[in-house]
Amino acid sequence: MQTDLTARGTQGAATADPLWGKLTWDIFPFYDPLVFGTFIGTVLLALAVAGLITYYKLWGYLWNEWFTSIDHKKIGIMYMVLGTIMLLRGFSDAILMRGHQALASAGHVGYLPSYHYDQVFTAHGVIMIFFVAMPYVTGFMNYLMPLKIGARDVAFPFLNNLSFWLTVSGAILIMISLFVGEFAATGWLAFPPLSGLTFSPGVGMDYYLWALNIAGIGTTLSGINLIVTIVKMRAPGMTWMKMPIFVWTTLCTNVLIVATFPVLTATLALLTADRYLGTHFFTNDMGGDPMMYINLIWIWGHPEVYILILPIFGIFSEIVPTFTGKRLFGYTSMVYATCVIVVLSYIVWLHHFFTMGAGANVNSFFGITTMIISIPTGAKLFNWLFTMYKGRVRLDVPMLWVIGFMLTFVIGGMTGVLLAVPPADYVLHNSLFLVAHFHNVIIGGVVFGVFAGINYWWPKAFGFRLCEFWGKVSFWCWFIGFYFAFMPLYVLGLMGVTRRLSQFEDTIYAGYFFTALIGALLIAAGLAAFIIQIVQSIRKREALKDTTGDPWNGRTLEWSTTSPPPYYNFALPVRVYERDAWDHMKRCNYTPPTEGFEPIHMPRYTATGVVLAAIATVMGFALVWHIWWLAIATFVASVGYTIFHTFNYDRDYFVPVSEVADIESGRMFALPEAGKA
Amino acid sequence: MSATTMPGDHVDMPNGPEVVSGIDFHVSGHAHDADHSHDTGTMLGFWLYLMSDCLIFGVLFAVHAVVGQNFAGGPAPADIFEIDMILLSTFMLLFSSITYGFAVINMQQRKLRNTALWLIVTGVFGAAFLGLEVREFLHLWSIGAVPMESAFLSSFWLLVGTHGLHVTVGTIWLCVLLVQLYMHGITDANERRVMCLSLFWHFLDLIWIGVFSFVYLAAVLL
Repeated sequence: MQTDLTARGTQGAATADPLWGKLTWDIFPFYDPLVFGTFIGTVLLALAVAGLITYYKLWGYLWNEWFTSIDHKKIGIMYMVLGTIMLLRGFSDAILMRGHQALASAGHVGYLPSYHYDQVFTAHGVIMIFFVAMPYVTGFMNYLMPLKIGARDVAFPFLNNLSFWLTVSGAILIMISLFVGEFAATGWLAFPPLSGLTFSPGVGMDYYLWALNIAGIGTTLSGINLIVTIVKMRAPGMTWMKMPIFVWTTLCTNVLIVATFPVLTATLALLTADRYLGTHFFTNDMGGDPMMYINLIWIWGHPEVYILILPIFGIFSEIVPTFTGKRLFGYTSMVYATCVIVVLSYIVWLHHFFTMGAGANVNSFFGITTMIISIPTGAKLFNWLFTMYKGRVRLDVPMLWVIGFMLTFVIGGMTGVLLAVPPADYVLHNSLFLVAHFHNVIIGGVVFGVFAGINYWWPKAFGFRLCEFWGKVSFWCWFIGFYFAFMPLYVLGLMGVTRRLSQFEDTIYAGYFFTALIGALLIAAGLAAFIIQIVQSIRKREALKDTTGDPWNGRTLEWSTTSPPPYYNFALPVRVYERDAWDHMKRCNYTPPTEGFEPIHMPRYTATGVVLAAIATVMGFALVWHIWWLAIATFVASVGYTIFHTFNYDRDYFVPVSEVADIESGRMFALPEAGKA
Repeated sequence: MSATTMPGDHVDMPNGPEVVSGIDFHVSGHAHDADHSHDTGTMLGFWLYLMSDCLIFGVLFAVHAVVGQNFAGGPAPADIFEIDMILLSTFMLLFSSITYGFAVINMQQRKLRNTALWLIVTGVFGAAFLGLEVREFLHLWSIGAVPMESAFLSSFWLLVGTHGLHVTVGTIWLCVLLVQLYMHGITDANERRVMCLSLFWHFLDLIWIGVFSFVYLAAVLL
């Protein structure tokens, strides 16, 4: 067990092999049966998947129809797939920790050596935020926003593909770190001086830095792309105050992304410089200032939580009116609340470290701004409640998730206001109370919203509904499991248990940790039910088929196309007159056009995004392992390939009228029956 | 069906006015509008990119403001900066902005040869700036004022270096663009590219004004 405590890949650059860098045979996790078993299992699974794809001759289909696709709908779906795969990985980490802590709190030594445990909680946080929650919300924004504004694609379709693959590149680097070397053991935001070279000499921190920097660039580009799409490509007649709320929250989210991800990029770049060039930004000596890192990273980090939750608020604002058969209550206040959250989210960052000791005045300022930001959020909740008031609420699966969210999120919000009181925070800082709080808002908010959205828009994306029974099983397991898993952590936090502990002296906590483990297992059952739900629905897709394009009696434009929509979304550009445009069209007995089509201007698919991201992945790996020749070669290759790409002027084409007419005439379209709602 | 007839609806929350059918829900003959909005979209997108880049510089400036006085026993600004040479390189960059402006004017008049010429002049000024910067860095390295010496030097090297890296990218882009202008002439796509690089180039000039005043001048004079 002793070898587990040493960081892997700690050889200095000076002793590194010129050809292989710091790579040696002992980087593979032979030392740990747990990791090595997972390694073997993952390799076998990957081989099995690759084998199946080869057997069914799907490589060409995947490459031509998906990987090189610049259709925002396909990219959106690929983001969702990425999020789901990484959710399974991040959740495995969670189960490992829950099981380990339950054992350790009962006087057993547990099965994770401390150094490994540190990597597990770091990987869990990084994966869940950057490679689960972010792909999920970006996937929703990508898929839905152009459909909701009546556009045919995003403003920069190729850039969209590149953004996606850069995110994948970061995810791949993190997955490699599980088996080749190690991951950071610093906590998900990697505070220096712990994350500096002196205290984290291994490659784990370098994996962290390059994975996040590559993925972060993708996110920034995606943010720019979606803002321009909303500003420039809305359907005629869709003025700002006629946009669906989801489009508003998408706009605000991407403004936040463009205004904060560069801060993350710059901050991580400075830490990278500290580790690779020996500079002194965040070191303890030579004038460096570790607290500067913590300030900078939270200037990104706090808006980041709103980047995650705002699109989800948008999802709720779409689902609630549909399932209550009424328009949204308080549209205008919803818009202003969203914008106020955007502004306020920039001036609350210091509440993450009241204990820095900035003084009573500074702490009071940030405590008060933090409490103020709960007001617009509260306004939103009341808007959803008033929308439901006297409505005909249909308790379909999406609506169950929404109601689960409303109950759970309010509790998380209130514990957040508790933490915003600086004196209370001095007691609760870095305790399990905090861990319970942010899981309460992220699971109760983001995760519930993602499942609500998946259940709601699945028929749009694939042309058949998701099976209801397993959806309900999934919901109840998640909902009950959440309370079992996290309510004990509130209590433990109040009892003084700090976060990130792998060993316990006292066994009085065991009961709470075991309850939390039961909760985690219930959530695991919920996750399994979700997978079963998808598999079952695919098997029964004929019975669950949606021929109308509008299975829920929806109100916004995405429901005016077929399910799934044609690749050009709308045969003729839509003109919008009212807020809930599709609801208005239905009230006017709208019938889809059968003639008068025009050639449609569409972008061509391209492999450039995949190639550039592949090069970036290799470059990241080379930099992590100090394989300098490879790093230089891939850097030159990426610049060269980018320049090569700019010489391609032939990037779009026109879909001929005959093809549009063919697709449209085959459209199985019928307005929903009046009785169905 | 009509949503307004649903019994659950509250009277003071109407679903909008009742509308008769016959409203035109489609736009036709506007295919060119869509293309046009793509063009203006590029400029807006590039602006947004520049703003995000501006934030990266914002962080670097902020870091310099925090640790720029932490000399850790190493050299201070007055010991190492040759303000005359910095002024010279500042003028190189300022002139390059003017000459880029001439290139844009010529492009708008569809004069390909003059556009290319002014772009070349701009590139020469940019290269001169980079040459002076490399000279300064070599000098600093030779006297031991390396980024590993103190937090002040770390932030100085990274801030000025990041700007220099941007100018290098701009210069490479300019060369690529010259080739593309030679190949395709002043097309819509190329015009857009020249305008984007123009924004980029002037943006770097603005950043340099900040670097010159804040990092060099203030440190030497104050």
